[in-house]
Amino acid sequence: MANTQAMCTSFKTELLNGLHALGTTVTRGATTADNLKAALYLATATVNAATTAYSATNEVSGSGYTAGGIAVTNATGPSSTGTTAFWTPSASLVYSSVTLATAFDCVLIYNSSQSNKAISVHTFGSQTITAGNFTLTMPTNDASNALIRLA
Amino acid sequence: MAVIRTTRGDLDERDLSRTLGFEDRPEEFVVWVEWRTADGELVRRDAHLILKYPTLVADAIAGGM
Repeated sequence: MANTQAMCTSFKTELLNGLHALGTTVTRGATTADNLKAALYLATATVNAATTAYSATNEVSGSGYTAGGIAVTNATGPSSTGTTAFWTPSASLVYSSVTLATAFDCVLIYNSSQSNKAISVHTFGSQTITAGNFTLTMPTNDASNALIRLA
Repeated sequence: MAVIRTTRGDLDERDLSRTLGFEDRPEEFVVWVEWRTADGELVRRDAHLILKYPTLVADAIAGGM
């Protein structure tokens, strides 16, 4: 046998589950899953890895769209395969009967239970919607394709 | 008769022209459909993005000593 340097896969999954708190400002008290939301942003916005929380600045606006976006369905908790922990929303993100006339190309997933803190930013080909539906179908929830992967 | 919601209210789909398009990108597959009136006005546009392989991966690396 030999020892192998690694970050434990169980730790990665547990990070996604909120089990570890390595800082000194632990505020978490909930024992239930957080509520997540998904907000759309204009193609001219600057939403990226430096984004720390949801903001209405440069968020899309239009008929049928409520600032803050829509709830993310989270019926399947994080898991892992091999050394990769992963998680994906359990349903498509559907913005129904909206008119979004200004081009948008970004969705921010954020935690509305934890002060709207940002989780991830996903970009796609620029779109507009006219009195219709905008649907984001999630990728396969596995170690190679999941929306969020800690590899 | 199929009635669809548009910017001009509910219209009979047979009175509209429909254009269906798709784009196959590395990370997503996009399907969109547009409905226009006889005078060319866009009265509805839907888009459906299928996320195939998001490249967003956080590498959790254990540092060496």
